[in-house]
Amino acid sequence: MNPSIHHLFASGLVCPLDKNNVDTDQIIPKQFLTSVSRDGFAEALFYDWRYLADGSPNPDFVLNYPQYQGASILLSRANFGCGSSREHAPWALQQYGFQVIIAESFADIFYNNCANNGMLLIALSKGNIDSLFTRCSEGPQQWHIDLKNQEIRFGNNAALGFEIDPDIKQRLLSGLDFIGSSEQFAPQISDFEQSRKASQPWLG
Amino acid sequence: MGQTLYQKIYQSHVVGQLNASTDLLYVDRHLIHEVTSPQAFAGLKQANRPVRRPDLTFATMDHNVSTQRRSMDAAGETSRKQLEALAQNCDEHRIPLLDLTHPDQGIVHVIGPELGLTQPGMIIVCGDSHTSTHGAFGALSFGIGTSEVEHVLATQTLPQQQAKTLKIDINGALSPHVTPKDVILAVIGELGTAGGNGYVAEFSGSAIRAMSMEGRMTLCNMSIEMGAKAGLIAPDDTTITYLKGKEHAPTAEHWDAAVAYWQSLYSDDDAVFDKVVFIDASRIKPQISWGTSPEQVIAVDQPIPAAEAFSEQSKQDAARRAYEYMGLTPGQKLTDLTVDVVFIGSCTNSRIEDLRAAASLVEGKQVAEGVRALIVPGSGQVKRQAESEGLATIFKAAGFEWREPGCSMCLGMNDDRVEAGQRCASTSNRNFEGRQGRGSRTHLVSPTMAAAAAIAGRFVDITTGDWA
Repeated sequence: MNPSIHHLFASGLVCPLDKNNVDTDQIIPKQFLTSVSRDGFAEALFYDWRYLADGSPNPDFVLNYPQYQGASILLSRANFGCGSSREHAPWALQQYGFQVIIAESFADIFYNNCANNGMLLIALSKGNIDSLFTRCSEGPQQWHIDLKNQEIRFGNNAALGFEIDPDIKQRLLSGLDFIGSSEQFAPQISDFEQSRKASQPWLG
Repeated sequence: MGQTLYQKIYQSHVVGQLNASTDLLYVDRHLIHEVTSPQAFAGLKQANRPVRRPDLTFATMDHNVSTQRRSMDAAGETSRKQLEALAQNCDEHRIPLLDLTHPDQGIVHVIGPELGLTQPGMIIVCGDSHTSTHGAFGALSFGIGTSEVEHVLATQTLPQQQAKTLKIDINGALSPHVTPKDVILAVIGELGTAGGNGYVAEFSGSAIRAMSMEGRMTLCNMSIEMGAKAGLIAPDDTTITYLKGKEHAPTAEHWDAAVAYWQSLYSDDDAVFDKVVFIDASRIKPQISWGTSPEQVIAVDQPIPAAEAFSEQSKQDAARRAYEYMGLTPGQKLTDLTVDVVFIGSCTNSRIEDLRAAASLVEGKQVAEGVRALIVPGSGQVKRQAESEGLATIFKAAGFEWREPGCSMCLGMNDDRVEAGQRCASTSNRNFEGRQGRGSRTHLVSPTMAAAAAIAGRFVDITTGDWA
């Protein structure tokens, strides 16, 4: 996990992507999945929306607007990250620069994949998401994300609280080693395997 | 209070408690393929971790393979590198692999069940969202990301939190020409693509009991398209009969004990689900998706809905965007549209029963002029069976291309793609923008609806009988 995540939750420019059901095929199309590496996906992010058929940037796609260059917070709507389980999607978002995604809801596999890469996903009610899009329509937004206190701060003392699973929060704040913490259960895993072999020998 | 089937399987796999709401669950079967595993193996290597249970891990090549030639370089240089990486990783860690030379190679969610690797009560994971397919056997099975693939390879466990439970009770008899694909499309149309988020969905009712294992797999396969973590169907005699004699099914020595255990796997009568949905199977008509999300689906005799028909602004916007991308007008009938490509295949609908149903419509007819029609069997076993039953001959005589097994045009990672602006009748699972190729227009249908579209050269209502 990225050890520098703590300060990345500090503050950032918001890019509004006003769509429901943004699927992982859009986040990173299939032709980029043949890589055997974990890096190099930033250019592929939202490829079919971001680039025209001739490969030039699509000026009508929000990610290409000059005022959103350098954004690190992505705002979207319901069911973000649905579809394929490809972890290339969070890799591409993260490598492009997004550390926080705020949406009405997220697909389950995508949510876990992001958490496993140290990204913070914030789900808010439709009403709150509507109000955040309204803020964005008023001009480029710089928000401060305070994970510890579970707040999005907008400057001039305005803030919006959010809920997050306490286990995920703990993992994001402490940067716990995903595999390492389960490996501490090695004796219990061995015990489980022994009793499984005795009671269900056909499982191997 | 009784337990649901999901809760029974979950509880029986708890190795320990990681945090207040997170358990460590044991994984009985880990299926891997070339696309989502290389970075996991690289991670293991970097941390100098071995694979804990290569004997519970099983690999195949499917996403990226050519369906024209059985050669690793047939789908291009980057694909070759990825396939070779899988072969090398499996060799190094002693993981069984069905490579392109193996007669049983095929789509991971087709070969798991047909080899008997998929069994009731198991927890099965794979770096692929359609792992939900295996829920048809009463196995808790779900897709995972590459970090989780690495975690399972290292520990044979996965941190999980209990999902909510959803019961989808489907009763009544299906009308002629209505298939399990139509049932699941209708369910997704009803619940929406996010309707199952946070839930494990158990399908029950007389319509489910009457379905074959192939049909149940189609149903569970697409439960991910309504956002459900997994689909589940309690095992019954149909399940047990299917498994008997399969290569990796319990041997005679353990068979009776295994069956006795499987028969204990059902939701108790007094189990309480967080949500229950009732569906009348007899009212379901052949379905066809019109938009760019599986929830944008209608019965074939319905007109494309007007955006104003949706109460939510966001759904209205999505409908307008879909009209534009799909080249459609509200009010239009899909049966007035011609098709350019027909694809019968994918982990949703490439099993022997699907091919039999398609062949029954195709026999003695010809693919319409100008239509490119592909049949991609889900596995070597399906392919051989279809050839021995004469189905392949029927398809080829009608003008279909008869291919080698793989994921193929469902996601177009290989060279099987739909060109920009082309309209495809597809038995796959996703009609997302660009899914089958940039600018491709996908309409999700059953194998019989796809076969009929190939013959007629346009979408048809197969229940009317006057199209051929």
